[in-house]
Amino acid sequence: MTHQFPSLSPEQKKELSDIAQRIVAPGKGILAADESTGTMGKRLQKINVENTEENRRCFRELLFSSNPSIANSVGGVIFFHETLYQKSDSGKLFPQVVKEKGIVVGIKVDKGTAGLNGTDGETTTQGLDGLSERCAQYKKDGCDFAKWRCVLKISDGCPSALAIAENANVLARYASICQQNGLVPIVEPEILPDGAHDLQRCQYVTEKVLAAVYKALSDHHVYLEGTLLKPNMVTAGHSCTKKFTPQEVGMATVTALRRTVPASVPGICFLSGGQSEEEASLNLNAINQVPLHRPWKLTFSYGRALQASALAAWQGKAANKGAAQEAFCNRAKINGLASKGEYKPSGSADQASMQSLYTASYVY
Amino acid sequence: MTHQFPTLSEAQKRELHETALRIVSPGKGILAADESVGSMAKRLAQVGVENAEENRRQYRQILFSADDRINGCIGGVIFFHETLYQHTDNGVPFVKLIRDRGILVGVKVDKGVVPLAGTCGETTTQGLDGLSERCAQYKKDGAVFAKWRCVLKISEANPSKLAITENANVLARYSSICQQHGIVPVIEPEVLPDGDHDLRRCQYVTEKVLAAVYKAMSDHHVYLEGTLLKPNMVTPGHSCSIKYSPEEVAMATVTAIRRTVPPAVTGIAFLSGGQSEEEASINLNAINNCPLAKPWILTFSFGRALQASALRAWRGHKENEKAATEQFIKRAEINSLACRGKYTGGDNHGEAGQRVYGSSHAY
Repeated sequence: MTHQFPSLSPEQKKELSDIAQRIVAPGKGILAADESTGTMGKRLQKINVENTEENRRCFRELLFSSNPSIANSVGGVIFFHETLYQKSDSGKLFPQVVKEKGIVVGIKVDKGTAGLNGTDGETTTQGLDGLSERCAQYKKDGCDFAKWRCVLKISDGCPSALAIAENANVLARYASICQQNGLVPIVEPEILPDGAHDLQRCQYVTEKVLAAVYKALSDHHVYLEGTLLKPNMVTAGHSCTKKFTPQEVGMATVTALRRTVPASVPGICFLSGGQSEEEASLNLNAINQVPLHRPWKLTFSYGRALQASALAAWQGKAANKGAAQEAFCNRAKINGLASKGEYKPSGSADQASMQSLYTASYVY
Repeated sequence: MTHQFPTLSEAQKRELHETALRIVSPGKGILAADESVGSMAKRLAQVGVENAEENRRQYRQILFSADDRINGCIGGVIFFHETLYQHTDNGVPFVKLIRDRGILVGVKVDKGVVPLAGTCGETTTQGLDGLSERCAQYKKDGAVFAKWRCVLKISEANPSKLAITENANVLARYSSICQQHGIVPVIEPEVLPDGDHDLRRCQYVTEKVLAAVYKAMSDHHVYLEGTLLKPNMVTPGHSCSIKYSPEEVAMATVTAIRRTVPPAVTGIAFLSGGQSEEEASINLNAINNCPLAKPWILTFSFGRALQASALRAWRGHKENEKAATEQFIKRAEINSLACRGKYTGGDNHGEAGQRVYGSSHAY
């Protein structure tokens, strides 16, 4: 590490930094609408809708043509490749529809996971081949940020040192290539919630994974001010018998991030994983109320946690479009408030939700 | 990295974190009075004083007998081993003198640099052997924090990957051992200012070094909230022909640490390196006024930059002791202002008022 060689000019750095700031402007987060064709198949099957290109277009049209006030809560939308070239009912390309609302357009650029031989079912993520050329084209086609998802899991033998190092490295390569082409890379090292592990174990693993990610980003000379992080919240595994409050989730999550994510990263946009819409909002809200100094924006990058109600209201019927859009706008607004720690759930004001429930004596 | 194994209990973590917070309480920094016998030889030679144990004792007494004015300026004092067991003229142990003022006692625990074979004059630092037992003893003897200095240099071929990883690793081992004994480790990865490299090069190297340090800390399961960092400020090399303003030094320094030092680290106490007393204070002040968000306390851990005037005023003469102590108090008060961004002094500082920090994108 003796000499610095040029990576980005000051103008390129400023462009990336400005884009990142716009996406995570106060009160805003990201709509992850980048479900692959296969994943959309699963979503549509739940409401008995056929997985055709037109139906996928219809549903995304529903989301993107919502009331323009959506831009108060949504700073960016992540597209899937197919969707980037589809048009609204009025014949306008979707990126343009979104941009006209003042929302930044992003694109999923990874090509899914691939097995790591010799591990216990662990994976890395592919998609680096020709990535530079693809990024240049996406930039021309209206994108200003990209997303790449790596996956790790917790079990007796996982995550292994190889899985952590390999995924951190591939995320850093992707980030470096994106920045060369004017795209802000969203770095997503998801640790799955599958398993019976407790909150503490998830926190430990998350800290190790994120430390490796930021070391790799440093090694690859990535400009941190022009990146965003999309991590899992720190939660107990799905089959963990112990229940934890949003305050405990918040404290564990913020502690992990404070120990690993440099202050120069402008924003952290949590994935919702398997959480319900309400759970994801309550946890995000709790995260933004944790009494520790948080030098980055802490907001959302939600897929299911923004779309589930809308999908259920739609049922594939044009007549339900308005109701579906309202459901979507409602969740967006709630998450916008949660990203400022201002979400006050009405209705069932159970005694617990009002009090701080995290054990003050527990040192995370 | 599958399972967590016990390192520190909740009570141990709390103790370490609280100690760290007390050392860097707002307005306070560290007096680095841990010069080895060899280093003291150089200092005393400059004022014509013989490097005898008694002279070293008398000199430290000048610093430690400062009055209550330093209580709000000095959060901790780093001792050299010998000094930890010395007394005042009246037989009061130095450790007691300091502790009774509410100032925390630290001790230098490394045993100096040793060469890394196969590199271009690079070093690592030794001192890990029996460190655990030594820490336990130091804790009994009144120390609550420790310091360990690693050294890196910038040149055509340096710092090498080996020097960076080896020094980061040894700092992490030291930290891990300290924490087991309730001692807060001050982590010092000094990048020397020797050379003619510019500000940008120093920033680049500092970022790489600090990134490696914190990865090593993570690998060694060090509890960051119970540590302090003692880095160099980002400055050009001594023989660099370009001159930079304090604001440029501040912007480069704060940018580098924002990119590498996790917010969980309780405080960053800069070393002064070869800077003059005034230069160090002005730079620290500019750092604290830098308009970028700074999630840690940013203060001082100065040796020469707190003592130079005191040493010169003393010159080994008993009748100069009070005057020498005054010089030290003066610098302590100035740095207390600087670490709060409130130091307005300095004669060659151009016009007061708006300082130009420049855009963070250019760094």
